[in-house]
Amino acid sequence: MATEATIDRDKRRFLIAATSVVGGVGVLATATPFVMSFMPSERAKAAGAPVEIDISKVEPGQKINLEWRGKVCWVVNRTPQMVANLPKMDDRLVDPHSEVPQQPAYCKNEHRSIKEDMWIAVGICTHLGCSPTYRPELAPADLGPDWLGGFFCPCHQSKFDLAGRVLKGVPAPTNLVIPPHRYATDTLVVIGEDTKPRSA
Amino acid sequence: MSKLLGWIDDRFPLTALWKSQVSEYYAPKNFNFWYYFGSLALFVLVLQIITGIFLTMNYKPDASRAFESVEYIMRDVDWGWLIRYMHSTGASMFFIVVYLHMFRGLLYGSYRKPRELLWVFGCLIYLCLMAEAFFGYLLPWGQMSYWGAQVIVNLFSSIPLIGNDLAIWIRGDYTISDITLNRFFAFHVIALPLVLLGLVAAHLVALHEVGSNNPDGVEIKKFKDPSTGHPLDGIPFHPYYTVKDLLGVVVFLVVFTIIVFFLPEGGGYFLEANNFVPANPLQTPVPLTPVWYFTPYYAMLRAVPSAMGTQVWGVIIMGASVLIFFALPWLDRGKVKSIRYRGPLFKAWLALFVVCFAILGYLGVHEVTVWSQFPDQWPILGGADRATVVARFLTIGYFLFFILMPWYTARDRTLPEPERVTFK
Amino acid sequence: MKAIACLVAVMLAAASVPALAESGPETLMPPAPVNRLDNESLQRGAHTFVNYCLTCHTAHFMRYNRLTDIGLTEHEIKDDLILTDAKIGDTMTVAMSAADAKEWFGATPPDLSVEARVRGTDWLYDYLNGFYRDPKSATGWNNIVFHNVGMPHALAQLQGTRKIVETEYEDHEKAEAAAIAAKGLASIAPAAGGKWTVATLETETPGTLTEVQYEATVADLVNYMDFMAEPAKNQRIRLGMMVLLFLGVLFVFAFLLKREYWRDVH
Repeated sequence: MATEATIDRDKRRFLIAATSVVGGVGVLATATPFVMSFMPSERAKAAGAPVEIDISKVEPGQKINLEWRGKVCWVVNRTPQMVANLPKMDDRLVDPHSEVPQQPAYCKNEHRSIKEDMWIAVGICTHLGCSPTYRPELAPADLGPDWLGGFFCPCHQSKFDLAGRVLKGVPAPTNLVIPPHRYATDTLVVIGEDTKPRSA
Repeated sequence: MSKLLGWIDDRFPLTALWKSQVSEYYAPKNFNFWYYFGSLALFVLVLQIITGIFLTMNYKPDASRAFESVEYIMRDVDWGWLIRYMHSTGASMFFIVVYLHMFRGLLYGSYRKPRELLWVFGCLIYLCLMAEAFFGYLLPWGQMSYWGAQVIVNLFSSIPLIGNDLAIWIRGDYTISDITLNRFFAFHVIALPLVLLGLVAAHLVALHEVGSNNPDGVEIKKFKDPSTGHPLDGIPFHPYYTVKDLLGVVVFLVVFTIIVFFLPEGGGYFLEANNFVPANPLQTPVPLTPVWYFTPYYAMLRAVPSAMGTQVWGVIIMGASVLIFFALPWLDRGKVKSIRYRGPLFKAWLALFVVCFAILGYLGVHEVTVWSQFPDQWPILGGADRATVVARFLTIGYFLFFILMPWYTARDRTLPEPERVTFK
Repeated sequence: MKAIACLVAVMLAAASVPALAESGPETLMPPAPVNRLDNESLQRGAHTFVNYCLTCHTAHFMRYNRLTDIGLTEHEIKDDLILTDAKIGDTMTVAMSAADAKEWFGATPPDLSVEARVRGTDWLYDYLNGFYRDPKSATGWNNIVFHNVGMPHALAQLQGTRKIVETEYEDHEKAEAAAIAAKGLASIAPAAGGKWTVATLETETPGTLTEVQYEATVADLVNYMDFMAEPAKNQRIRLGMMVLLFLGVLFVFAFLLKREYWRDVH
């Protein structure tokens, strides 16, 4: 066996460090495919692919349902009166200017949509995940005289206006989610694909 | 850090275990090439478990979905193809490593007293490994998967009286079916891995109890340093063998990488071409041979003719050919342990054994007609398949290696064993 | 007929066993000129596959959007290669039901997703080149590589029709020489009286492609089938080289580390 004097400690330290670093890189590189295999597979991505919807058939005041990524989505054709009522709700809302990022940048506006009339949203209450009911009528008995139209969640009584913005004093914390979407044509909406910003 | 360690050591013998099993566990200093394969076997076991877990996340153990789920893993799951290839290559590498590991035992008499139990645990691991591979091979639900399982489970039905009922009990059905697939899945994924891990732990505990053998077959504990009590020819496992085995793992990974990334089908032996055809109960594939690591035993099974109206003799011979390994510590009456000091008799018989095993393996991969027939005019042998006749002689040779061992090891003209280890 | 029957039995066996050395009937099968790196070839093959094969066969493990791997855009795939109303993320399934197929062809045409891994590209290339007219068979077609196959010549429009020509030779050497001289598909089988028969294929009526063009089309198709059987192959090989390089570096350090510590041991 070598004596204390002949052991080159510095060389050993260096070699241990170098081998550990290279080996460590190898371990990380090997772990990567395993970790990445958890990501949605091609089959999941195909099932979660964007959905096309023809909005020309949606009557004014009408809401239609469709499914995207397993979630219920709404398209509401808001009447001009409905759009006009939106600013009147502002002081009853938690987040009237959509500061919390529940919507894509191109929907961060008063009407939370690309076009004023056509509103598209994910129809899932931001409290605990029930699907709210569509209450477009003004001042119904159960919702009170101040009700200007919106959505009412039956599970825990959360309320949202016709732009999906949450009212104060209800369990839901945030506005309804607006999904990424774009207008392929004037009447064809693709939900699941972002509107590309216009180049300068 | 050392405070934390102290806290743990007060409640769990962590440092004590590290010292007794690794940093102050003394192993012979003359380990050679043949001594890499134990740690490599452990490495492959861990590899198979990890890749296996990730495959199980996406595999469907249902006859109508199994094949498709494997292609799903290969195409749709991110990096699924790599995980699958690692597992299929790992299975074959496991056997290559284990066969070399066992061969080391034959070379150096590692099964001799006081290591008989160590060897027995090893044989049990080998049996479990074969079962694990057999159950696993059904899972892709290809033609070879299905029919290989069909043939092997049918072997049980050749047992007189209870055979048919036994085969039905194993399958859970009258033929290999979805029910069989599900239970083989349970065996492969959890039951046998647990048994394997337990056996590997027992194997290592037994090893550490008596200490390793070495290429000279000398007991290093015979000569100890009076001041430290450590064997004079021993070195602490850590850092010497941790560092050496790390190098062994890197070299192994080079071989492993070449196969996984450039030759994942292993020339058609690791991933069989016919297994890319979904299982079809109505059509038996031709030829129907097992995966390469079973072929020596399969060749023996096929070579044994039926007698007295039953095929069970082939099954018995095949079973005996594996079980006879257990008897090795008691068959070997040699005066020395290591082949380095053995005489010509042992060397000749060992060489014969290797040749028999290898050629039987080759024959097992092919149909019995691979060497066609003896000319019809020949007496006795005329018209018989050459491969079958040769396989019969090879089977006899294989068994004689064991059966005659008490005789030729005792008579062998050995060289004197050294007192201390040598570096050859 | 007996000769060809022997030939077939052995060819089937030989086709599915790796590296089998057999004596007796043989088929000379030229290798397939395929190249996984040639995206243009793969794209042409994809076109052929979709237009001629997907009418009867499925490829239900192959997703349309995976074709972006061979240099096509989703737009090109949707326009040129999806002939049904399938979406870009769907797999290649077919309109014909399995029951209909069985009735019309006697067996369900197998799914072709991994066929290239079962048969190999050489076999597929020779098979697709090996069809000839056989009035005695159920479909009117036969194949020199896969005798009595239930599949008709799906590419007959492109290749035209061919007929089988059998010549007898005195001994095996002469037969072998003739088969090699035929430069293409040829099979040698033992005949009665110790003689040997060589079978080759000759054009009867031409198709829309010349012989050279047809062989190139088949090569592209087989190349595509190889891609379809294992889309990740190119990525696998590329990554393999990087891993080997990395292991080379790791080996150097691990070796130096081992040698340094083992200086202690004598």
